Amino acid sequence: MSALATPAAIMPNRPGLTGRISDFLWKHPHVLLVILLGPPVLWLGIIYLGSLFALLLQSFFSIDDFSGLISYEFTLSTYKQLLSDANFDIIVRTITMAAVVTIFSALIAFPIAYYAARYAKGKWKAVFYLGIMLPLWSSYLVKIYAWKLILAKEGILTWAFTKLHLLWLLDGWLSLPIIGGNSLSVSYTGTFLVFVYVWMPFMILPIQAALERVPGNLIEASSDLGGTPQQTFRHVLFPLALPGIVAGSIFTFSLTLGDYIIPQIVGSSRLFIGQAVYAQQGTAGNIPLAAAFTVVPIVIMGLYLWMAKRMGAFDAL
Amino acid sequence: MRSDRSTTAPLGLKIAAIGGLAFLHIPILLIFLYAFTTEEKSYQFPPPGLTLQWFAVTWNRPDVWAALTLSVKVATIATAIALVLGTLCAAAVSQTRFFGRETISLLVILPIALPGIITGIALRSAFSMADIPFSFWTIVLGHATFCIVVVYNNAVARFRRVSGSLIEASMDLGADGFQTFRHIILPNIGTALLAGGMLAFALSFDEVIVTTFTGGQQSTLPIWMLEELIRPRQRPVTNVVAMVVMLVTFLPILAAYYLTRDGDQIAGAGK
Repeated sequence: MSALATPAAIMPNRPGLTGRISDFLWKHPHVLLVILLGPPVLWLGIIYLGSLFALLLQSFFSIDDFSGLISYEFTLSTYKQLLSDANFDIIVRTITMAAVVTIFSALIAFPIAYYAARYAKGKWKAVFYLGIMLPLWSSYLVKIYAWKLILAKEGILTWAFTKLHLLWLLDGWLSLPIIGGNSLSVSYTGTFLVFVYVWMPFMILPIQAALERVPGNLIEASSDLGGTPQQTFRHVLFPLALPGIVAGSIFTFSLTLGDYIIPQIVGSSRLFIGQAVYAQQGTAGNIPLAAAFTVVPIVIMGLYLWMAKRMGAFDAL
Repeated sequence: MRSDRSTTAPLGLKIAAIGGLAFLHIPILLIFLYAFTTEEKSYQFPPPGLTLQWFAVTWNRPDVWAALTLSVKVATIATAIALVLGTLCAAAVSQTRFFGRETISLLVILPIALPGIITGIALRSAFSMADIPFSFWTIVLGHATFCIVVVYNNAVARFRRVSGSLIEASMDLGADGFQTFRHIILPNIGTALLAGGMLAFALSFDEVIVTTFTGGQQSTLPIWMLEELIRPRQRPVTNVVAMVVMLVTFLPILAAYYLTRDGDQIAGAGK
């Protein structure tokens, strides 16, 4: 502004306190950086990482069997307890469930993501986008509640099977060992359905993002060169979508590993990791064992993220 | 695929995609139907009759109102904290280059990437070690921690599109840093912040896992809902509350969608 009046190319210092402060910050960008980053890093560093670290530390303590108090001495006995048969079963059960949920989520999510990425245009694009976002963001508990309504013995699923004269099929399924039960709402099948329903939207978005980057003429080139749709899918589409699938599986896998509310409300009485953590820190009062249990998902997710990063999954996020 | 002109989808794909969307939406529609059912004791389908009386009953329940008020208060304050911290973090990460930028992004995402139960139990044991009694503020503390990432994601995506030369031009024309922030940066990132804030509000309003660990005797609406799910007392009231919660979370999501629609980012990616 003063360039015309004075020959100096450098602007004079700004007047006033705010002017001086902003001049100082402009000349010292590092100070500005510290001011910007300070509050969030302090918040997350102290409150979050501090708590996390304190928790992990506790897994190396143990609980005194007689007094029920925590003895603050370094020991690995809590980890030995974690690997006992009963607790190891819980870990295996949870990981199996997480893996199956992830696979089925990918199977259901892929067609939705593919259609949304390649065929949905204009208004339909918005419909698909909102159609995915609304279930993704809507209340977690209400979604579980909806499934309680659906899976109840007098609920819509039994009604639909009766109307279709397929009730024998449902009963046959429920009489199967392990996956069956008295009714759907107390069986692993029920738990599985709710898990897939609640976490599947998290799978759609990354797959869609990956597929949107596949140029349409790549598909056409494949079929021009004589590839059948199956071959095109196997050799062109699937490899290009894989980073997206892996990125989505991070969410479905991690969220299933740590959840304790879904198996508590819909499911059998056999525990999952999340429920074990909850029971150990609550009624049992065994914080060290609860802490050791939380180490399992942290380690698994650490390995998973490391593998996902090597497969380039983070570019699809 | 050879025969079609790539403008229409194969029938199988169409059916699978629409079936998948139906799978996502039918349970939500059922919630709306059950809010009007006359059946009190079970989840009978189809409902024997429809009534509006449960809306009145729910309206007169003080426990529902108390839980709703607490949820709104917690979500408002947690969102305000997350807005400030998330914007600061996004500004630092997108406007400057420094050592450890990747680590900062990871730090922000971590509270949401790790299962909620880990965040919850970590905070709980830290509070009890530090002798902090559970209160309204411990709930807010937990919620703000995982809401930062939502604001951060939205703000970072928008900052990337605000060209740095705009800020330099403003400073060259004599505005100081505060004026530049007020007149140049804020109008540019405003809608992204609003969208991020709305999503953070929805996230906090709905949170249950961390809250079970950091809340004391008070119950937020999701905690109230969880208790009803485990030990049902009056099912029709739960039905109505479920529908209301659904509507309350839909509105911010729709608003956030319209605010960031012309943007290039997916507002909810990495919830």
